[in-house]
Amino acid sequence: MELKSKCPTGPIEQQWQKHKAEMKLVNPANKRKYHIIIVGSGLAGGSAAATLGELGYNVSCFCYQDSARRAHSIAAQGGINASKNYQNDGDSTYRLFYDTVKGGDFRARESNVYRLAEVSTNIIDQCVAQGVPFAREYGGTLSNRSFGGAQVSRTFYARGQTGQQLLLGAYQALQRQVGLGQVKMYPRSEMIDLVVVDGRARGIITRDMVTGKIESHVGDAVILATGGYGNVFYLSTNAKGCNATAIWRAYRKGAGFANPCYTQIHPTCIPVSGDHQSKLTLMSESLRNDGRIWVPKKKGDTRKPDQIPEDERDYYLERKYPSYGNLAPRDISSRAAKQACDDGRGVGPGGLGVYLDFADSIKRLGKKVIEERYGNLFEMYERITDEDPYKVPMRIYPAIHYTMGGLWVDYNLMSTIPGLHVLGEANFSDHGANRLGASALMQGLADGYFVIPYTIADYLAQLKGPKIDTSHAEFKKAEAEANERIKRLLSIKGKRTVDSFHKQLGKVMWDKCGMARTDAGLREALALIPQIREEFWKNVTVLGSGDELNQSLEKAGRVADFLELGELLCRDALERDESCGGHFREEHQTEDGEALRNDEKFCHAAVWEFQGDGKPPKRNVEPLEFEFVHLQQRSYK
Amino acid sequence: MNLTLRVWRQKNRNDAGRFVTYEAPGISPDMSFLEMLDIVNERLIEKGEEPIAFDHDCREGICGMCGLVINGVAHGQRRATTTCQLHMRSFSDGNTIVIEPWRATAFPIIKDLVVDRSAFDRIVSAGGFISAPTGSAVDGNAILVPKDDAEMAMDAAACIGCAACVAACPNASAMLFVSAKVSHLGHLPQGQPERYDRVQKMIAQMDAEGFGACTNIGECEAACPKEIKLLNIGRMNRDFIRASTAAKG
Repeated sequence: MELKSKCPTGPIEQQWQKHKAEMKLVNPANKRKYHIIIVGSGLAGGSAAATLGELGYNVSCFCYQDSARRAHSIAAQGGINASKNYQNDGDSTYRLFYDTVKGGDFRARESNVYRLAEVSTNIIDQCVAQGVPFAREYGGTLSNRSFGGAQVSRTFYARGQTGQQLLLGAYQALQRQVGLGQVKMYPRSEMIDLVVVDGRARGIITRDMVTGKIESHVGDAVILATGGYGNVFYLSTNAKGCNATAIWRAYRKGAGFANPCYTQIHPTCIPVSGDHQSKLTLMSESLRNDGRIWVPKKKGDTRKPDQIPEDERDYYLERKYPSYGNLAPRDISSRAAKQACDDGRGVGPGGLGVYLDFADSIKRLGKKVIEERYGNLFEMYERITDEDPYKVPMRIYPAIHYTMGGLWVDYNLMSTIPGLHVLGEANFSDHGANRLGASALMQGLADGYFVIPYTIADYLAQLKGPKIDTSHAEFKKAEAEANERIKRLLSIKGKRTVDSFHKQLGKVMWDKCGMARTDAGLREALALIPQIREEFWKNVTVLGSGDELNQSLEKAGRVADFLELGELLCRDALERDESCGGHFREEHQTEDGEALRNDEKFCHAAVWEFQGDGKPPKRNVEPLEFEFVHLQQRSYK
Repeated sequence: MNLTLRVWRQKNRNDAGRFVTYEAPGISPDMSFLEMLDIVNERLIEKGEEPIAFDHDCREGICGMCGLVINGVAHGQRRATTTCQLHMRSFSDGNTIVIEPWRATAFPIIKDLVVDRSAFDRIVSAGGFISAPTGSAVDGNAILVPKDDAEMAMDAAACIGCAACVAACPNASAMLFVSAKVSHLGHLPQGQPERYDRVQKMIAQMDAEGFGACTNIGECEAACPKEIKLLNIGRMNRDFIRASTAAKG
């Protein structure tokens, strides 16, 4: 597998400009001759579909939900970063770039991250023009707040519904193109395979989730913007439908999968309430602007929070990281919460929780201000837990939230399969081993609005060879395989439900490959997962037929893929014998319990190459070079 | 607690459909309504019966995908709450719960509790946007928006497109949904150039989809999980009248 990053050379602040000037263009009259397939309609896919349609390309866009507006980007709460420096507090493109590289524990590619920081300002302008109702100051200017891992205030927001508003902006732009006939939208359609012809991505196989029909779609390029694979853990903050099938099928067709072990555990989620739990709910990181995190100093303290006096509380983030305090990055905050709970000082049922307390802020600012800032989050918390966070502190615990790993892409966002582009959370590009808050929305929209429209033209302009259609043998073969797989799932008629396997896998993943990982634990997981997978294919039961809406069948296909991906994730975690960002190997930590990198051996992206069923995948590496930021031990003290 | 469910089962669009009764023993008050249905479905599958199909995704009240009529009320009795955020502590041991899909001519039933809401997408395609080509935007702070206007726009923009308003309305009117978008974009300076064109096109599409008219009953506002206000309909009507008279010259 050849891993050419294709990063431009020269001063980093000129690289993207230079690259744009050097890339080939497709002339306006020729654009309509190209057909682009986009899978996913979230911030990355939706913004790409809208923009490419507007440019004149012929676009087909697919999503599994009933409408493009439902993609899980919609659930992002707190905000989107941009280095506008509207607050006059010292922000700049370089600082956002630096914070992101450092936040990612020096495991991201410098050139990509710089470009992300550079276009961040265009994103805000674009979204304002679309009518995104960002929060404003009384004078009418845009308002900002702070997020973890930064000492400047650069996060733009629309109450606690920033993702929703940004997605609706992209969705409306997309629907406009649908109305104009530039984009054809395929809702309730799931991509179940990628079609590669003569080494190039030429199309996809989908299942119409209403009729069950297996369909072929041919294009000149394929874009995957299908989000992350957090649901491999069963319980995560992802939507129930979020799945890895599109990227996993692409991996099996030859796309390199980079750093699968880089998963993000978000520190502030509502704790699990019982075995019935179907998903976890995030409480936005923005709450840490005004909420203080603490646990009792005494182990096993069962007093109510208001009965624990100030001097018997441990505000552990403020104590350990005085300069960032409650706004320490996510990986660090999550680990600190785990350490407090492991130490027997956790609160709530089972001791798996810490307090996020607003009493001081309410005293200082008044309830009204807090309500204005976080009202919807407080309500959500109250609905789920039946406790009023204006009166008692929230209880929170870390949960799987985001996956930094994903399909490997070069600077042009193209995977190792020519013609297959990957955007947003589905790729591995910008966040290294840990993503900073409010940067996922930034990356999704940067990729879709401002990167892929340029880089895909460069690919299409150099495309040679005859046009093909869906009668090509590769399409017929992929269709037959897809039908065969569905038939197989329906014919097992075993005794266990799909969900029971998913939960079993999730538990292994969380216990052995969650917040803390060890050599022994990962080896256990690598022994257990193939057993679960084997039983799945012998003993799962999927009722109903393939030619109708069949939600069990949909889940079965996704879980079958998670059962393979989970193994790769653990394998990657085992091979990466260091700690970095969200990947914490207990064997490698500093005296203070921080992640201890091994730059000599692991300053690279690990890119896995599929070798066939039953064969171990091959680990390739892309070395990471740091020319503009110095490698250092991360410190937020 | 132990519950009895009467659930609408319908194999496909052409099937007549019927209520089927299921017992749901051992339900925890901490479960969400959808987690309760998950448990019922797991038990059905184990017995070899097909599970109940229902739409859902984010399960945190924001994607707008879920939506059930529970005991005759869209999203259930609790105010300002989506089905996924409704918890079983709102019910009592021994309750019978009737569960139906959204019912409206414009939303054909696909299966059981799953309906086709694509009419909403077509209304947005007709005009529910600001035409802002990528790359052509001016600096964000070049467009000043008074805080109150931004807040009012945001109040309307909070709509999640779940369509509870249509399900709750005796006329199956989509006026609250359409007016929320008209009001959101119409409150902002960026939305002014297309303001009157937008309202006409969206309403024309809404009518073409077969939604009913608004007769000021207010069930939509009562059912809305995001508390979108009826006054948006007033704003939309005002813009529509202005647009219509301007068009006639």
